[in-house]
Amino acid sequence: MTFARFGKYGSIIALVAVAIAAVVLVPGVNENAMNFLDGAFGGRRNFNFFTTLSRATLIIGMAMSVLVSFRAGLINIGGEGQLVLGGLTAALVGVTLDAPPAVLLPAALVAAMFVGAVWALVAGWFERVAGVPLVVGSLLLNYPAVLFASYLVSHPFRDIDSGLSQSHRIAREARLPKFDGTLLDYGIFLILVVIAVVIVFERRSVFGYRLRMQGFSLPFARSSGFPVGRIYYQTLAISGAIAGIVGFIAVFGMNHRYVDGMLVLPLYSWTGLIAVLLAGMVSWLVPLTGFFFAALGTGAVGIERAADIPREAAQIIQALIILFAAGFGHRLISRGRKGDV
Amino acid sequence: MLFDAAFLDSLPRFVTPLLLAALAGAICHRAAVFNIALEGMMLIGAFSAVAGAYASGTWIGGVAMAMLFGGLAGLAFAWFSIRRGGDDIVVSIGMNFLAIGSTIFMLRLLFDTRGQFDDPGIIAVPKIPLPFLDFQTGLSSLLSNQSVLFWLGLALTFAITFLLRRHRFGLQLRAAGENPEALKTAGLSPDRIRSIAVVISGVLCGLAGAQLSISNVTLFTENMSAGRGWIAVVIVLMCSGRPLWILPTAILFGLIEALGFRIQGLGLPQQFTDALPYVVALVVLAAVLSRKKKSGQIT
Repeated sequence: MTFARFGKYGSIIALVAVAIAAVVLVPGVNENAMNFLDGAFGGRRNFNFFTTLSRATLIIGMAMSVLVSFRAGLINIGGEGQLVLGGLTAALVGVTLDAPPAVLLPAALVAAMFVGAVWALVAGWFERVAGVPLVVGSLLLNYPAVLFASYLVSHPFRDIDSGLSQSHRIAREARLPKFDGTLLDYGIFLILVVIAVVIVFERRSVFGYRLRMQGFSLPFARSSGFPVGRIYYQTLAISGAIAGIVGFIAVFGMNHRYVDGMLVLPLYSWTGLIAVLLAGMVSWLVPLTGFFFAALGTGAVGIERAADIPREAAQIIQALIILFAAGFGHRLISRGRKGDV
Repeated sequence: MLFDAAFLDSLPRFVTPLLLAALAGAICHRAAVFNIALEGMMLIGAFSAVAGAYASGTWIGGVAMAMLFGGLAGLAFAWFSIRRGGDDIVVSIGMNFLAIGSTIFMLRLLFDTRGQFDDPGIIAVPKIPLPFLDFQTGLSSLLSNQSVLFWLGLALTFAITFLLRRHRFGLQLRAAGENPEALKTAGLSPDRIRSIAVVISGVLCGLAGAQLSISNVTLFTENMSAGRGWIAVVIVLMCSGRPLWILPTAILFGLIEALGFRIQGLGLPQQFTDALPYVVALVVLAAVLSRKKKSGQIT
């Protein structure tokens, strides 16, 4: 599978088209637009804006994970499993390791990255060695990961007194601090670093060049003597490790524990994936599209609160954006069909 | 006893959705369309079946609605991916997203509820009694009182086998997958045939969804397809889209699911039994494909 031939801005046109359609079709739009903006950016002292930013942090993080693998032509859609196992690991290290924050935080972060990377490598192994397409193998691995995490916080590591399927809380002093009066935590700085590193490496480093070329044309990469197999595994490991970082932030910054379903139900991984597709895999656009989808989600909650339109409207709009981007925008992934000339 | 009458009775309930969805995937596979939106199309079918059965007061209404909306989902897939040239994987991801969002949205809009819709007004697909079967052999438990859709699934397996092997359209469909140039030379459009294949697969997924929501139970819960569409994708890949192989493979996975359900009763945590089909799917798929890889059938 190779990625090839993509124009840059086709998807933005699709986006505008869908936005206009939404504005024209949904009745009472002006009022809803205000509710939407209030839900996404408003609130007392712009409380909702910071909530959007907090959501965007995780979505953009997952988008960066997806971006790395997609740029190399690896359709890793197992971000959810990598994210969940990363978050779970961070939480388990957080509640079991008795150490000062200066040791605990990096230990949990590294452990989360490691486990996320390993889970991505497992999917890679299944493709390289056994011929299971990555798109299928990585997805199937989501289920055992999510269910295993669910088991651990429902039974052996459960905070029984809380009555819910969740781990114990992480010690107060080890948590990532939050900005005053908001739900936004300092994890956003970590994601900013990830964004910067991914963009710079993808565009400026030899590794990034090889990764992109491999994505454009595997035969080209091979005949140029790139270590194709090593780049394959390295890319997946990086992708999984970034998902692990996001899991770490969600646990240490947002929930302070692992709660069953906390990383799955908000669809962070899938939303990150479609943010990458909408940006046409242009790395510097990804944070913008990621933020856009985060705002779409929180804005829909605002509309739901005010006008009783189900918040899933946001998901429908996201799906339509992707479908139209695929059909009318650039060729995001152009593999052609078997047998077509 | 692990394989008692109740177990045998439950087996077709687990097999039927997998079988119908895998047949849907097979038709696309043979036409070289990588349809991994089976999951979403099934979900749309499950919801439409409940809505149709509830609104019309008949099970036929439910099944018809499931087929209609499954087919429409297939049409949308065909339009975005084949007509507009979008990538199959991206379109599939979009369709799966659309299915989750729109079913929850409609659940709120039509029935004003979250999570689950459950009402005596939802009419179930009837079960066919076979009183002449001997109870002693277990055949009676297995085959008697099974849903119409189960028998339809079995019939469709053979019908699709016939279609692919003997029928003009089946030949064209395989040509669209294996040698589209030949089709073009014959004055036929591969894209048109592929589009028809995707619409048929949508209809079949609609049936699979109907089996889930108005035959196995009579209710709709959010995301009730719960990954079965992905198991169906695995079955298709394992069998290279050959219906006569799909039937036993679907039975195998139905068996695993039914077994998992059983073992749960013995005290194993639910998460392990829930994960079982996916782990088995991955491992068996790896075993099958690595053999093909060695023998050079795939690269």
